[in-house]
Amino acid sequence: MKVADFELYKSLLYDKSGLVITPDKSYLLDSRLTPIAKKWNYPTLDMMTLQLRAIPDPKLVKDIVEAMTTNETSFFRDTKPFTLFQETILPHMLQTRAAKKTVRIWCAACSSGQEPYSLSMILKDMEAKLKGWRFEIIATDLSEDILAQARKATYSQFEVQRGLPIQYLMKYFTQVGETWQLKEDIKSMVKFSTFNLLDDMSRMGQFDIIFCRNVLIYFDEKTKGGILGKMEKLLDKDGFLLLGGAETVLGITDKFVPMPDKRGLYIKNPALTTPTTPASSTTGGFASGLFKRT
Amino acid sequence: MSVCLVVDDSGVVRKVARRILEELGFTCEEAADGQLAYEFCSKKMPEAILLDWNMPVMSGIEFLEKLRAMPSGNDPKVVFCTTENDMNHIQRAITAGANEYIMKPFDTEIIKSKFIQIGLIDE
Ligand SMILES: C[S@@+](CC[C@H](N)C(=O)[O-])C[C@H]1O[C@@H](n2cnc3c(N)ncnc32)[C@H](O)[C@@H]1O
Repeated sequence: MKVADFELYKSLLYDKSGLVITPDKSYLLDSRLTPIAKKWNYPTLDMMTLQLRAIPDPKLVKDIVEAMTTNETSFFRDTKPFTLFQETILPHMLQTRAAKKTVRIWCAACSSGQEPYSLSMILKDMEAKLKGWRFEIIATDLSEDILAQARKATYSQFEVQRGLPIQYLMKYFTQVGETWQLKEDIKSMVKFSTFNLLDDMSRMGQFDIIFCRNVLIYFDEKTKGGILGKMEKLLDKDGFLLLGGAETVLGITDKFVPMPDKRGLYIKNPALTTPTTPASSTTGGFASGLFKRT
Repeated sequence: MSVCLVVDDSGVVRKVARRILEELGFTCEEAADGQLAYEFCSKKMPEAILLDWNMPVMSGIEFLEKLRAMPSGNDPKVVFCTTENDMNHIQRAITAGANEYIMKPFDTEIIKSKFIQIGLIDE
């Protein structure tokens, strides 16, 4: 790919999705955009690039942006965050939200749905304990193609064997030919919609828990900081943020702090959320009170 | 080091499985059918067993039923690994005491993921 073309795609992707693409990844542009050129009936990728430069069709731009996303995911990815959800976060929620009995969860880059569906399976398993409670799982992604897959909730034999315990497969899936279909009652617990993390988030409403996993890695610090800053506003004061294994808030924002000994789990910075009276200006009070159990 | 017994009548499958399991830190032993696996376990129980279903002499499911009836026969974690990929087989295996179930074809990613889930290896 020519340098000027690379620069064109680089700035387009950065503007539209936040994706940072470095010259050593320029081969990715070739391999992923050639099929798009074909789909749009351009004889070559160069021809498509030419067209894009002249009159960029928004639908073509959308296809290009979606083609460049990485949708890699799995059920119960990395295990730990889901154990934390079940054993640490949920007990805290049951205690602190006892009055309203409602918990809102956001999976902010849900890809083909394995992450939100893992949460629904956990909740379904705990049904007896959660009688009378309402759990709302909102799952969003930039890519409409991947959301269409998520809504279908049909998975390949390979996908149901990565991270999904066999008991869950037996309980919550039906076999349809070579594929596995998630059962309706688990599926219907998740609400999907398109959402770009670069956009204004205020319409999303308030959340108790935000999963924002394995998406910030694709962005630069400015974008990461911007997204985390917006998320902080949507998160309840004693809510939780979960990031991917290779992601952190450290050095990016002071709006969140990592929970000690709970990898990947973050809370709002107590130093910023508590009034700055001399007594509460130490960071201990709020965070250490979090996991008191009755 | 933990021992994993690979039970499969295909030498090729045993070789592939061995390579993956050794990478995951196991010492591998092999058996070509359920009967040989049973004899192995009568001498010493391995920590893990990767078990094919269809084999000559004694099938995987027959072996598993016998194993679970042996003294200390509940010690090994048993992971089925078979081309049988329908719910009936899965249910039958789990009822007979299998801890996990892999539908062939498998790869490192799948074996690792299943072994993590049942606590045979750490993340
Ligand atoms: C690697 S997947 C992560 C899926 C899941 N959260 C996990 O941890 O397995 C990253 C997802 O982020 C989405 N994505 C990329 N840029 C985005 C943006 N600006 N806004 C919303 N989603 C975005 C991609 O479409 C992709 O599905």
